[in-house]
Amino acid sequence: MSAIYRRRYATNIIALTLSGIATLIGLTFLAWILWITISRGISAVGVPLFTKITAYADQGGLANAIVGSMLIDLMAILICAPIGVLAGTYLAEYARRTKLGSVIRFLNDILLSAPSIVLGLFVYVIVVLPMTSITNGSVSFSAFAGAVALALIGLPVIVRTTDEMLQLVPGTLREAALSLGIPQWKLTVQVLMRASGSGIATGVLLALARLAGETAPLLFTAFGNNYMAYGLLDKMASLPVSIYQYTNDPNPAMHAIAWAGALLITLFVLALSLLTRLFFARKKVNHD
Amino acid sequence: MNATSLPAEPRESDQRAQRDARHDRIFRLILKACALLVLLALLGAAASTLWGGREVLFGHTWEFLTTSDWNPVENKYGALGPIFGTLVTSIIAIVLAVPISFGIALFLSEIAPSWLRTPVATAIELLAAIPSIIYGMWGLFVFVPFMADHVEPKLSATLGQLPIIGALFDGPPLGLGILTAGIVLAVMIIPFISSVMREVFQTVPTRLKESAYALGSTKWEVVWDIMLPYTRSAVIGGIFLGLGRALGETMAVTFVLGNSYDIQASLLMPGTSISSSIANEFNEAVGTHRSALIALGFLLFVVTFIVLMIARLMLRRLSRKEGN
Amino acid sequence: MTSFAATPPTTADAQTTTASRTRIQVRGLDFHYNGFHALKQISMDIPERKVTAIIGPSGCGKSTLLRVFNRIYAIYPGQVASGDVLLDGENILDPRYSMNRLRSKVGMVFQKPVPFPMTIYENIAYGIRHHEKLKRKQMEERVEEALRSAALWDEVKDKLKQSALGLSGGQQQRLCIARGIALKPEVLLLDEPTSALDPIATGRIEQLIEELKKTFTIVIVTHNMQQAARVSDHTAFMYMGELIEFGDTEKIFTKPDKKQTEDYITGRFG
Repeated sequence: MSAIYRRRYATNIIALTLSGIATLIGLTFLAWILWITISRGISAVGVPLFTKITAYADQGGLANAIVGSMLIDLMAILICAPIGVLAGTYLAEYARRTKLGSVIRFLNDILLSAPSIVLGLFVYVIVVLPMTSITNGSVSFSAFAGAVALALIGLPVIVRTTDEMLQLVPGTLREAALSLGIPQWKLTVQVLMRASGSGIATGVLLALARLAGETAPLLFTAFGNNYMAYGLLDKMASLPVSIYQYTNDPNPAMHAIAWAGALLITLFVLALSLLTRLFFARKKVNHD
Repeated sequence: MNATSLPAEPRESDQRAQRDARHDRIFRLILKACALLVLLALLGAAASTLWGGREVLFGHTWEFLTTSDWNPVENKYGALGPIFGTLVTSIIAIVLAVPISFGIALFLSEIAPSWLRTPVATAIELLAAIPSIIYGMWGLFVFVPFMADHVEPKLSATLGQLPIIGALFDGPPLGLGILTAGIVLAVMIIPFISSVMREVFQTVPTRLKESAYALGSTKWEVVWDIMLPYTRSAVIGGIFLGLGRALGETMAVTFVLGNSYDIQASLLMPGTSISSSIANEFNEAVGTHRSALIALGFLLFVVTFIVLMIARLMLRRLSRKEGN
Repeated sequence: MTSFAATPPTTADAQTTTASRTRIQVRGLDFHYNGFHALKQISMDIPERKVTAIIGPSGCGKSTLLRVFNRIYAIYPGQVASGDVLLDGENILDPRYSMNRLRSKVGMVFQKPVPFPMTIYENIAYGIRHHEKLKRKQMEERVEEALRSAALWDEVKDKLKQSALGLSGGQQQRLCIARGIALKPEVLLLDEPTSALDPIATGRIEQLIEELKKTFTIVIVTHNMQQAARVSDHTAFMYMGELIEFGDTEKIFTKPDKKQTEDYITGRFG
């Protein structure tokens, strides 16, 4: 008897210890990566980083990449937020239990983890190539194409959160509005979307956090640019792509700038994810 | 209240009802169109890469899928190298990430004191929020030298001396290579797998766990004998989800793979993957070369689609069990 | 007042009370959802400007019956009502009967207070705006009138621009009543309106119901028999989808005709 007990308890202790170690391994990698990013990035952060453009190479900064990222990300959100919110609303309010609804929900979940580089290729084929042939080559890669590619990354995030948030709205709110004779579309826009407004906003922020760090889909859509560009149809630099180019460069001074850019992006993305978490936590409390 | 003080005459109210019905229809149509865009995005991604890669996919199908000679100068495009690299790095990632993710999920759902759970879970999930290019940089500048100096020489000296599997760990400690890429991928997918596992562990009914404890089971026995079988399909779904991520990841592996199209037995040797080939070569490629790269993209899309589909189907099975 | 519970003297087979004019006539109403027969051949006459309470054990169909009166059930697929429900002589179950008209004539207040995520003022004005085009001044008057009728005006008149979600549960429920009566309906349906409230808030709502019945025909579903006895003029007892007995509240609670009713009100029910 006691031999069985001893063996069982030993197994238990070993397994529990290993699981603690596994958690430590995960946390170690997080700390390691964050520490490297911060310690190496901070030394290159300075005024020139924000004022000089990448054309000056190791004497320059990332001003054009920062501006480019802001413009492309903003444009991407402007494209995917309305479409995503409306699509999510369709799933929650009109297709909650229909076949089409479950098919779209299923495919949306797949799009959520689809390889971003393939989405980049997709936009290359449907936006960059046609633009090139229409304009005889004067427009090819463009900020717009980059924004479309990033919008495809953000879209499923927004669809999913909107769907989930609207499903949390109690059915009585719908009944109360309908019992006043309010038509469905008004009820949806003016009551339900408002009731889950902070949840939907969370989805949009999550999408921004996701797409802001993406590099692969921008490589052959927005391309890159060593100079400041503001035009929708210009090739445009972005932080991730500039970091990618600088990392591939043999010059260590360029690596320092790349680390500074990495720090900026990481801080932005992590701050956004933590912010949405807070947002979301409060939202849950409100509802229960 | 009498009829005269009614807010509207029946006739007017009928007109309004018609108008409302019309607006409802239009609204619904707009919403539906947006929802269909999601469908279109996936179909479009498949169709456009199929179209863009048609020259190689249909013209040189056999060569493309069965040879490993990738030479743009001679216009030869055998995709075995990148396919091999993608599969092997992903398998390494899964082999490493699954036990660690399981450990994390176990720790967070059963062992950690409740005040520790949220902060640790948040920290692990932050790993997923870090942009993949950062993983790539850290991999190239920090992890590759670490592997070359500390890990790979030891692997060659120990595992590399064994019969049969020794070949896997043979070779110069370059730091770059398939194994390093697999480890970086593992770190990237740990948060995905562990958060799915943790979530599904929480769906195990308390009474089930309590009745096992009541028989004198240890924590480990409850987890291994009760919780894991109960959540098996969803756990597998979570693993496939991680696999889907690993297969499609680009930036984290591009820097550390070493960009070699040769297929070699040793995991310490450089290789390439579908996504990193596309990232590295696409902007310099023209003609058939570009078509071959897009064809690679199509291949990647199909494989990840199947893997993710399995993942979602497995995950869905659990939610049905919950009765939702 | 007299009660005609089991055998109606005049109209067909309806259980009826004749103290005042009938507002809603129910004839042979059946209700099914997903194959379940939830209401069986209900016939009753609901009198104007009185409070009619519907009581019965959970699952007896009392809420279902209430939800037929404004066809709110129709938003769920698989729920079907058949038979006649006449409001002012017109069958509201007829698909040609305009939903807008029905919803402006029949207001509803739900179990839990459900204020819209808007200001207090907007909560009231929102519904009105959908049925009537009013000038700002008129709208303000209507909102005030509704809030006064719901005995809420004094408590909220200084914070009309604040979110309704900040009100207490009892205030929120009175706001929902105000929102319902702001449309000037003829009938007001109350679905267990106090089950989520404390005794003091409940008392205020009950007082309000006394006041409101001067203007509106009120149908209230309640699981609380004392409440039914306190507020209603007529009471219907339902069991397993059937209307067992309908008559003067006093009679139902003191000398019911049916044994089942007696068992229920005396608490001897299974």
